[in-house]
Amino acid sequence: MEQQIVKVKNNRGIKVIPGFGISMFVTLGMLGCFVLVPLASLFLSVDALSFWEFREIVTSRQAVSGYAVSLSCAFLAAMINAVFGMLLAWVLVRYEFPGKRLMDGLIELPFALPTSVAGISLTYLYSDQGWIGGLAAKMGIKIAYTRIGITIAMVFVGIPFVVRAVQPVLEKLDRQYEEAAVMLGAGRIYIFFRVILPEVFPALLAGFGLAFARGIGEYGSVVFIAGNIPYKTQIAPLLIMMKLEQYKYADAAAIALVLLILSFLLMLAINSIQIYMQRFYKS
Amino acid sequence: MRKRKAVYISALVMGIAVCGTGCNGDSASSGKETMELLNVSYDPTREFYAEYNELFCKYWKEQTGQEITVTQSHGGSGSQARSVIEGNEADVVTLALAHDVTAIEKTGLIHENWMEEYESNSSPYTSTIVFLVRKGNEKNIRDWDDLVKKEVDVITPNPKTSGGACWNFLAAWAYWQEHDEEKEEETKEYMKKMYENVLVLDSGARGATNTFVENGQGDVLIAWENEAYLAMEEYPEQYEIVTPSISILAEPSVAVVDQNAEEHGTTETAEAYLEYLYSDEAQRLAGENYYRPSKGGILQEFSEQFNLEMDLVTINDFGGWDEAFETYFSDGAVFDQIYTE
Repeated sequence: MEQQIVKVKNNRGIKVIPGFGISMFVTLGMLGCFVLVPLASLFLSVDALSFWEFREIVTSRQAVSGYAVSLSCAFLAAMINAVFGMLLAWVLVRYEFPGKRLMDGLIELPFALPTSVAGISLTYLYSDQGWIGGLAAKMGIKIAYTRIGITIAMVFVGIPFVVRAVQPVLEKLDRQYEEAAVMLGAGRIYIFFRVILPEVFPALLAGFGLAFARGIGEYGSVVFIAGNIPYKTQIAPLLIMMKLEQYKYADAAAIALVLLILSFLLMLAINSIQIYMQRFYKS
Repeated sequence: MRKRKAVYISALVMGIAVCGTGCNGDSASSGKETMELLNVSYDPTREFYAEYNELFCKYWKEQTGQEITVTQSHGGSGSQARSVIEGNEADVVTLALAHDVTAIEKTGLIHENWMEEYESNSSPYTSTIVFLVRKGNEKNIRDWDDLVKKEVDVITPNPKTSGGACWNFLAAWAYWQEHDEEKEEETKEYMKKMYENVLVLDSGARGATNTFVENGQGDVLIAWENEAYLAMEEYPEQYEIVTPSISILAEPSVAVVDQNAEEHGTTETAEAYLEYLYSDEAQRLAGENYYRPSKGGILQEFSEQFNLEMDLVTINDFGGWDEAFETYFSDGAVFDQIYTE
């Protein structure tokens, strides 16, 4: 009987939740104004270049080394974030300790802090005159003004992505599974890798992807700690700034476009893996 | 609600009053009681213009009876120019390089012959490039030659992102060219050696100062003279200024952004604002803020502060900014070659 009523209503085109039309309009409008149109305008700015010019700009030695620095450091930073972010989320979800709330709030600080402030303070700490950098310098490791420094800045800006992605999944994870696994005689490592990790993995991957993409595009904090030496520590977003300083808008847009496409492909790959894994675990 | 009404009424009354004075025709061309002026400038002028604005507002009040407020905006010279091009409604620009003002001129916002508008190529104050070294000058840095020595670490910003760094580059270039009878290849060799000693290529002049002063990097900072003095003032007894034998006369440029000023009805005030930079009071103020006043007489008053013996080349020795940019800083030009070869 009930099913029938719903059916009748649906036939008349009445939705369970009203206002679909207007909410869709607002959604598309917002998405258009703030995301799609600005991105499309990037393509338009690049249009001023011929294909050969475009190719020359985006494959110049400086540009390629810029991508290499940004990508390698961002990847490393995202890996570090994946491991430590997971650990942090675990600690925050599973343990009770004084100051837990405070620590939970601190995780978001990298979002709130202006990135240049982060960059300046990180450089201050990690330069060979700073507290941490000074210790490392005694061991013969130079942190600030090297790729290690760039990676550290990217770890800083990326950590909230991983923690916030993993945390809710861990919270929902039913402990009965773990208990059952223990009863069945599984060891701790086995439980982590075969019971917990498969559940958390899609979220972890999403966090990893976000942190990676953020690292590729990061400018404000990295530029202070990078040293910006061409071919060594010059990140791709700095190249964009350089082109802008020379009033070469189209050139800047060309490099920006390459970064955008790289990030897009990355997200696409990660989402595909996620979908694949969900299907895999369901079957 | 009542409050809002009151605001409307007072606005109306003020409007009438302003119209009254305007119609009496004593001074204001804009028809506003308090006029607002936006001066878009670059980083190191912050302290100077804060003081100058006060001076000018007082002067303008005395002259015309009109109250004005001047708003300041600071940032890297290039990005400030871009912001004006992209629609930041500046009435006047006071930037680090003529090149940046020319970039605005190309959009039609500024008249073509802005450089002849005011004395000394529209540069009311100048500066030069000097070395800031740590107290005691352990590595005995005296001139550009010392910067290519293996054990010396140099801090200078990247000329591709910083206007100030272009001056640094050209000053060094001028030195080696002078000493090598214009042998370009050898000059390039020296430049290459110097840039090999550069530890950090910051994106802006303030960033480089920060790296040298706060983070303790390097033995010598190639810096604007005024920045160097500010660092000395901020950290007394920690640094010394070394003036190289040859350097470059940096001429920060000022111009009225004609189109914006016309739209705001501020042309007259904006022109007076820049004109007054050449008054004795303003010139002295510039000197006190470690800029070299462009009026010879006033500059002499500061002869103890500034080394007036330095041999200063100008941008014209490089064929002007457009040519200098093309030759040294555009993609694939000398600066890029130094880093690739």
